Amino acid sequence: MIQLTIDQKTVRVPAGTNLIEAARAAGIEIPALCYDPGLEVVGACRLCLVEIDGFPKPVTACTTSAAEGMAVHTMTPAVRRLRREILQLLLDNHPNDCLTCQQAGECYLQRYAYEYGVTFRVHDGARRGSEHARFTDTSSPYILRDESKCILCGKCVRTCAALPERSVLSFAGRGFMTKIAADLDQTLEASTCVSCSRCVVACPVGALIDRRQREKRVRAFSAETTTVKCKQCDYGCEFEVLQANEARVVRPKAPSGGRPLCLTGRLRAEIEYAGDPKTPYLKRETDKGRKFERVTWSEALGLGQVLQRIQEEEE
Amino acid sequence: MAVTFDPNEHKEALSEFAATLDRLRGRRGVLMQALHEAQSRFGHIPPYVQELISDALDIPVSMIYGVITFYARFTLEPTGRCEIGVCLGTACYVKGSARLIEDIEKALGIKPGQTTEDGSFTLTATRCVGACGLAPVVTVNQDVHGRMKREEMKKLLAFLKKEYADMAAEVAQ
Amino acid sequence: MKLARTDLKAIAEKTIEYMHLRGLPEDHPEGPYKKAVIICRGTGCTSSQSDKIMERFQTLIAADKNESSIEVVRTGCFGLCEAGPVVIVHPGGTFYSHVKVDDADIIYREHLIGDQPVKKLIYPDAVLEDGILPYSEVPFTMNQKRVALRNCGHIDPERIEEYLAHGGYQALEKVLFDMTPEAVIAEVTASGLRGLGGGGFPTGRKWQFTAANPGPEKYVVCNADEGDPGAFMDRSILEGDPHTVIEAMIIAGYAIGAAQGFIYIRAEYPIAVQRLEIAIRQAEDAGLLGDRILGSDFSFRLELRLGAGAFVCGEETALIASIEGNRGMPRNKPPFPANSGLWGKPTLINNVETYANIPVILMNGAASFRQTGTEKSPGTKVFALGGKIKNVGLVEVPMGTTLRQVVYDIGGGIPNGKAFKAVQTGGPSGGCIGAEKLDTPIDFDSLKAIGSMMGSGGMIVMDEDNCMVDVARFYMDFITDESCGKCTPCREGTKRMLEILERICDGKGEKSDIDRLESLAVTAQQASLCALGQTAANPVLSTLKTFRDEYDAHINEKRCPAGVCTSLISFFITDACIGCTKCARNCPVSCIAGTVKERHVIDRDACIRCGICQDVCPVNAVIRK
Repeated sequence: MIQLTIDQKTVRVPAGTNLIEAARAAGIEIPALCYDPGLEVVGACRLCLVEIDGFPKPVTACTTSAAEGMAVHTMTPAVRRLRREILQLLLDNHPNDCLTCQQAGECYLQRYAYEYGVTFRVHDGARRGSEHARFTDTSSPYILRDESKCILCGKCVRTCAALPERSVLSFAGRGFMTKIAADLDQTLEASTCVSCSRCVVACPVGALIDRRQREKRVRAFSAETTTVKCKQCDYGCEFEVLQANEARVVRPKAPSGGRPLCLTGRLRAEIEYAGDPKTPYLKRETDKGRKFERVTWSEALGLGQVLQRIQEEEE
Repeated sequence: MAVTFDPNEHKEALSEFAATLDRLRGRRGVLMQALHEAQSRFGHIPPYVQELISDALDIPVSMIYGVITFYARFTLEPTGRCEIGVCLGTACYVKGSARLIEDIEKALGIKPGQTTEDGSFTLTATRCVGACGLAPVVTVNQDVHGRMKREEMKKLLAFLKKEYADMAAEVAQ
Repeated sequence: MKLARTDLKAIAEKTIEYMHLRGLPEDHPEGPYKKAVIICRGTGCTSSQSDKIMERFQTLIAADKNESSIEVVRTGCFGLCEAGPVVIVHPGGTFYSHVKVDDADIIYREHLIGDQPVKKLIYPDAVLEDGILPYSEVPFTMNQKRVALRNCGHIDPERIEEYLAHGGYQALEKVLFDMTPEAVIAEVTASGLRGLGGGGFPTGRKWQFTAANPGPEKYVVCNADEGDPGAFMDRSILEGDPHTVIEAMIIAGYAIGAAQGFIYIRAEYPIAVQRLEIAIRQAEDAGLLGDRILGSDFSFRLELRLGAGAFVCGEETALIASIEGNRGMPRNKPPFPANSGLWGKPTLINNVETYANIPVILMNGAASFRQTGTEKSPGTKVFALGGKIKNVGLVEVPMGTTLRQVVYDIGGGIPNGKAFKAVQTGGPSGGCIGAEKLDTPIDFDSLKAIGSMMGSGGMIVMDEDNCMVDVARFYMDFITDESCGKCTPCREGTKRMLEILERICDGKGEKSDIDRLESLAVTAQQASLCALGQTAANPVLSTLKTFRDEYDAHINEKRCPAGVCTSLISFFITDACIGCTKCARNCPVSCIAGTVKERHVIDRDACIRCGICQDVCPVNAVIRK
């Protein structure tokens, strides 16, 4: 075990623990947009900068391992100034849509902007996407994309590549014009995307949205949430059931412990828990490329023959 | 100008490229080599070729696309028959290469990175070709034109325009 | 043929006979040649047809069947690129500059056959009233000390024998048979050599760290991704003396316990790539690369990897990502490549120029190396001198030489009677240094102290006609273009800084812009992931510090003092106009009026400020203000 102090609090953590986790153990939260304990650490957003006694410059907490006797400061004026400026840079490239954004209440950018008092600015500088929120890829019945909200944290890319056979998403281009592309910069429908929604649950902002939840107009902050376990296979992925007013929707929950998430599991959870579940779709290879097709629930869950046999047996 | 890549027109190049891929198969860190080879063989790296590389080297196609779009020398669209590069390295810049590039933009009606409608010219803003002693430098395909002046550039452009207009006419026939 | 250790000296001695005309060594045996024509085949000279000149000489010599008495030698860069194409004739070292293909006939007839140097073709500064200075004694060359460039311009880079004749691979032989890896590292450490790619990290310590990590899988990498626009030191070394880098990498492999090396080179350097390919093949054939080198127990292999146009790949972790076949995006350090580099294995990365010093250090010893340079920055540094300077080219000077010496004594000062304004070192990561700092000695720490940096060695001189706000804008444009896009401060911040600078150059700057610029600059410096972002603001910060008056003039008076920023200048025709009508005929928007032999007038409302009138005016009657 290693002993260090974070904002004057003494904490003991196992060797190799990064400073975000060490701080968490001390009850201190360090803001971060690209960090996820389940994914490779990249240190890209730079929001988790902290000062450490004896270090010449602030360092990112996510990439720094706790060391014996380290004295870490997470809220100095210097790092708060840097965080404010980083947030401002992100907001300068983000549409002012919190009122109607599906992610509102769960959005990390919104949350940190609030905490640090950073607001949207009117400016005539360049933007990667549109100044106004707009879904840029509506080809999938499960996932909506709004590239102008993307903050390029890369969580979607990393979580997609965590299952090598998926690896649908990638960074494309470079510099200011970097973007997230599916396969050959195709729509989610035309790409090899399997609609598992790992990317959606990883996205810290409203750039990747669960379409079926959106269509029911249910936002998490105004809903009651319960967690259910998937019964489709042994992994036991989890789903959230959101109950708001009359609507009850099911959405995938961030996978942990190497769980994969899959579309079949999601549809199964939907038919079991959602009130008025929406029509299922499956992707088919056609001569015009990959297309989503409306299917019946028994097809969606691969139960065609099983159901028939059950019916026959029970008759 | 949307160009579709017809594998039937590139049978020979494709079979040679397949041989390269065979040679690279199973070795690690060879994606860049495959892409260099594809770029020089086909003048660009179309989706068809990206899929070939993906299959041969067992690399997700998304990653290949990501790598291609990261590096300036790999292109998704074919470059023009004549590639005019103006060096915007510091030595050339302080000697006025920005003016040269403006003149070419006006004369050809394209911005750096673009290709003319007829596929004749691509204008590129190059980063230091290392011939700083000859600044400002303009390259036309492989040829280096050093110590360029605006008037000379005008003459050179007129010459190239005529030469490549003839060529474009031939191609059209 | 695989060479044994004893073969090296034998080949060297045999080759020297043929090279005696080139002045090395003094007590050489007389060789077969009576004359030698040395032709620079570096990128600069080849771009201005030195290949054709060489062919012409060969044709002329062959026609007269003089092949056995006149030697034609292709070499790398001599340094004085401004004078290119460069041809040197031995004996005597007569220095012909700006040679044209047709000049070959004259030089051949009059000098090679007739023994009379062709005065009108000789580099003007070499012609004195009472004689002709050899290349080695013209002011440009005299004031330099060539260590990394020691063989450039002397040997044919495509012939391994000539490298051997100049003592090549003897350091390797000494290391493999007479030194332990620890002793090699100790010698490099004792030399005080620092990373000449710009970082200035002690090379010996880097070797130590990599050696200390457990093997067996380790790598040696050469960073030849020279991306700084306006720098061509590494390219020149690779074109002129590729074997020295190969030899150094083998030595490094022996020292740290690696069996595989990679040279990562820009694809924009076709000649350097080709020379390296040839050199690697020659070294393999000679048994200097491969299994059991020179009969020792040490084996080492070397492969080339080509970059594809991404400046950021000069950053070592991005370079590693690129060799692995990924997007060249840097990652956080630590872990440093010495601990976890290529494919997660301990990796030693040095740049070309650093490697080029290694054989010298091991051959002559650390003490001898330290005799040049300063206490904390021993040795020499190669600079690519460019911009508004008379002697554009490649110079190598001892560390501690002042900027003034380089600009004036070697560089020959500013041409066309213009006034010096600034010298820029360190490329997009460095800063602009004004006239008052010209006596600063060139070493890692002094340059850093004045807000610039050594960088890889680009040195661009600017005169009164360069606008420093425009220069800052130029570098920011470059960085914005080359940012990898991974971290927020660099990806977003550089773009915003560029927008502000563009606004100022466009005459739309506001007073608050300076504060915002400084704030963004500090954020990029403090918060960016890699050195590219951390240093991105240096050109802005250094120009703000030294040339604040120019920023103020742009913002407050909407005036560009240097007359560069198009939105802020107007063109006038003065009384000097002779009424030749040339400006009016060339004006693309026909906004110049006037009749023959009378002063012309520019309609300033219609003028698009393209400056063509000024370019074409034969009597400099068009001025901008």
